[in-house]
Amino acid sequence: MTTDRLPLIPTGSRFGYRLFGDLRSGWWFGSLAVMLLVLLPVLGLLGYASQGSGDLWSHLRTYVLPQALKDTLLLLLGVGAMVITIGTGSAWLVTAHSFPGRRFLSWALLLPLAVPTYIVAFAYLDLLHPVGPIQTWLRDILGYTSPREFRLPDIRSMGGCILLLGLVLYPYVYLPARALFMMQASGLLEASRTLGASPARTFFRIALPLARPAIAVGASLALMEAINDIGAAEFLGVRTLTVSIYSTWINRGSLAGAAQIALFMLVLVVSLIALERWARRHQRFAASARQTRILAPRPIQSAKGWLLVLLAWLPVLLGFVLPTSYLLVEAIKRLEFAGVEAVILRETFNTLSLAAVATLVTSFLAFVLAYSLRLAHNSRGALLMVRTASLGYAIPGTVLAIGLLAPLGWLDTGLADLSQQLLGASSGLLISGTSFALIYAYCARFLAIGSGGLEAGLSKIPLSLDDAARSLGAGANRRAGLIHLPLSRAPLAAAMLLIFVDCMKELPATLLLRPLNFETLATHLYAEAARGTYESGAIAALLIVLAGLVPILLLNRYGSRQVSA
Amino acid sequence: MTNSSPNLTHTLRLNRLHHRFDGRPVIKGISLELGAGEVLCLVGPSGCGKTTLLRLLAGLERVQQGEITLDGQLMASEAYHQPPEERDIGLVFQDFALFPHMTLLDNVAFGLARLPKAERKPLALSMLERVGLADRAESYPHQLSGGQQQRVALARALAPRPRLLLLDEPFSNLDVRLRQRMRLDTLQLLKVSGIASILVTHDPDDAMFMADQIALLRDGELVQLGTPEQLYHQPKCPFAAEFFGDINRLHAEVKQGKVETAFGCIPAPELEEGSRALVLIRPEAIRLTENTGAPARVVESRSLGARALVNLTLESGEPLEAQLASDKLPAVGDEVKLQLDWRGVFVFKNA
Repeated sequence: MTTDRLPLIPTGSRFGYRLFGDLRSGWWFGSLAVMLLVLLPVLGLLGYASQGSGDLWSHLRTYVLPQALKDTLLLLLGVGAMVITIGTGSAWLVTAHSFPGRRFLSWALLLPLAVPTYIVAFAYLDLLHPVGPIQTWLRDILGYTSPREFRLPDIRSMGGCILLLGLVLYPYVYLPARALFMMQASGLLEASRTLGASPARTFFRIALPLARPAIAVGASLALMEAINDIGAAEFLGVRTLTVSIYSTWINRGSLAGAAQIALFMLVLVVSLIALERWARRHQRFAASARQTRILAPRPIQSAKGWLLVLLAWLPVLLGFVLPTSYLLVEAIKRLEFAGVEAVILRETFNTLSLAAVATLVTSFLAFVLAYSLRLAHNSRGALLMVRTASLGYAIPGTVLAIGLLAPLGWLDTGLADLSQQLLGASSGLLISGTSFALIYAYCARFLAIGSGGLEAGLSKIPLSLDDAARSLGAGANRRAGLIHLPLSRAPLAAAMLLIFVDCMKELPATLLLRPLNFETLATHLYAEAARGTYESGAIAALLIVLAGLVPILLLNRYGSRQVSA
Repeated sequence: MTNSSPNLTHTLRLNRLHHRFDGRPVIKGISLELGAGEVLCLVGPSGCGKTTLLRLLAGLERVQQGEITLDGQLMASEAYHQPPEERDIGLVFQDFALFPHMTLLDNVAFGLARLPKAERKPLALSMLERVGLADRAESYPHQLSGGQQQRVALARALAPRPRLLLLDEPFSNLDVRLRQRMRLDTLQLLKVSGIASILVTHDPDDAMFMADQIALLRDGELVQLGTPEQLYHQPKCPFAAEFFGDINRLHAEVKQGKVETAFGCIPAPELEEGSRALVLIRPEAIRLTENTGAPARVVESRSLGARALVNLTLESGEPLEAQLASDKLPAVGDEVKLQLDWRGVFVFKNA
């Protein structure tokens, strides 16, 4: 039981009390530490970038940055247009209309969420290769015999990259838009119909403006993923900022140069968040239209309607069925040829254990944040700490990694010096040589999933339970263990599952921060794609996709849950 | 923390408490005292500050100005705040706040963490026995009725033998019949355990039934403190008189230290000569008489079982409501004579 008296703790002053409420010292320092942990990479980045990279900067400024900025912006524009069109259109189709297979389609449209961007690119690179299965089949039908006579436009292009990213990222828009059309807006949509508006007019005049905040949230999440992507852009020859950061660090060995580009990316991300907030500024009017009744769909009658239904199946087929079947076929071929290889087993073990440790650490820190917020009665100071700590989800993996390399490097040398002095022997590279940095990066990036989920879960526990437990002598720690943890088991489990899968899929930070010769399924796939070899990569990719399917299956069971990252 | 025997005299003292929410004052200089084993009821309309006062006592809100002492020990002041978990003050909530994932036994044993493990369950069980729920010890809260949950909440709060028990609208979630029974059971339990208690309620009946002392609050100020009888029979202001029951209002002028009414002159020496006075008459203070009295006509007459409500009009045209025994029910249109039981008549300056 805590015995600290108020004058000793930060809430002693009237000002402190107003900012942090009754937050007891341990938890206050805990959430402060978590916030600083997330901010550390950003500070490291600023520190490193300000050191300058000498001559490299003028090279970067002239030859690398303009191209990278242009490619990134083009990619974002293209992907943004695609995810909004596919996501909103398909959401409207499955909520406002009824047709055979509607429920199944409504669920199947989520499936591409299980396919990370680098995997869809990996699959299509082979699928659409000039001598690959699709082009060969097309030539057979059309009667051509050689790729020289007929070939599709090269997928390795900006257009190809936009198309592939759009195909797997649109569910970020589809999910919130569907939820809005289905639940919140039903009354208004029905009013519009009874006032004689045609379905098209209802969609453009009522549904779309109402859904704008939801679409903005979804689109910004999708674009964050697009910025974060390293595999797809690199395989498809698009030189985005992420790719430039990676190659500046790996090929040129300039951390300062990489940090300078990373800063540009951070600015881009911040403007994206600002844009999202701006688009959401009228969210309150959408919230006031909240309804619990589900929209009654109307049957599709026209031929045009049926065409739209067929069209809505396309993202499912192209974004999930086709690449996954390809991976399945290739994986089976490989298994028949080489059996279960030791390397895959080892990498699976690496991936799972890394994800497991990161999930445990992340959810623990998330609980510290969410519980501190509750202890502080959502006071402004605590809220600020939690919101700041949650910003990690927006920091792209490469930026995070570059920002971490410097501070962790200093820490490493510091620790080595210390052990040299104290023990007479160097401890070696305790941090860079182990998975510590990687777990750190996962935590910083996925903390928001955990704290968001737990915050929602904790908010369902009446505050009177806290007060009752306090009056019965239970301090903050005992309340956490006996009341809040047991009562938030379900949201905690859901958050842990999402974090686990996200850790398994994570590529850019893993590439930069993993210890030497340490491979996960994702880095294995990246290495094979980069080398242009197709060995057991399909197995690795398939395993990641299967893991990604688990939350979607559960998501469907619990109805339309908001995607958190 | 002292775990003293119940017959030791505890005194809770609130000294000039002030409290503001976002600059808006909600408690304006309240001082109170409570003796050992006493039941104090905080009553008042919603927003009067009674719940805030309770939360200040429990330590759930921090004292901004003034101080609270228990047994002479400082518990909270502007500079000092003893956290709720160290105060030894029991709380019973409006929504009962039972831990949904624990059995009744675990709920009641929750506050006994200071005792050796082996003693907790037997003590919790004996507490459940006292509220008649020992056979449900292994049930979960959601399996219980509202009244049963209330009893568990009470048992849980009393189990650690708190120095003070606070009850926040404990009966407001119960239906009328259950309410009466729970009031009686709760009062007995409080009196047997001898723990000083403060009960917050907006219901005057709760307060009249339960309280040794009633503190009537309005807009963050203590309007009147006294026994139920004092509040009922000697209200200090019209608000206090009206809070504890329906009341008739008559207006009259003060002449030579008296107010003239249809019922005769009432002495009012403290009122200013020539000013308007407000005469409040409790419905049950009105009697029907055969011969002398104020003449009135019966407008409506309704039996409520043992009692009857009779609406009357005085000769001056002023309406009156009387509560009479049902056996002497007059008919509508009857001309009657009225007399007053002066204990139910109060004269105030017309505000």
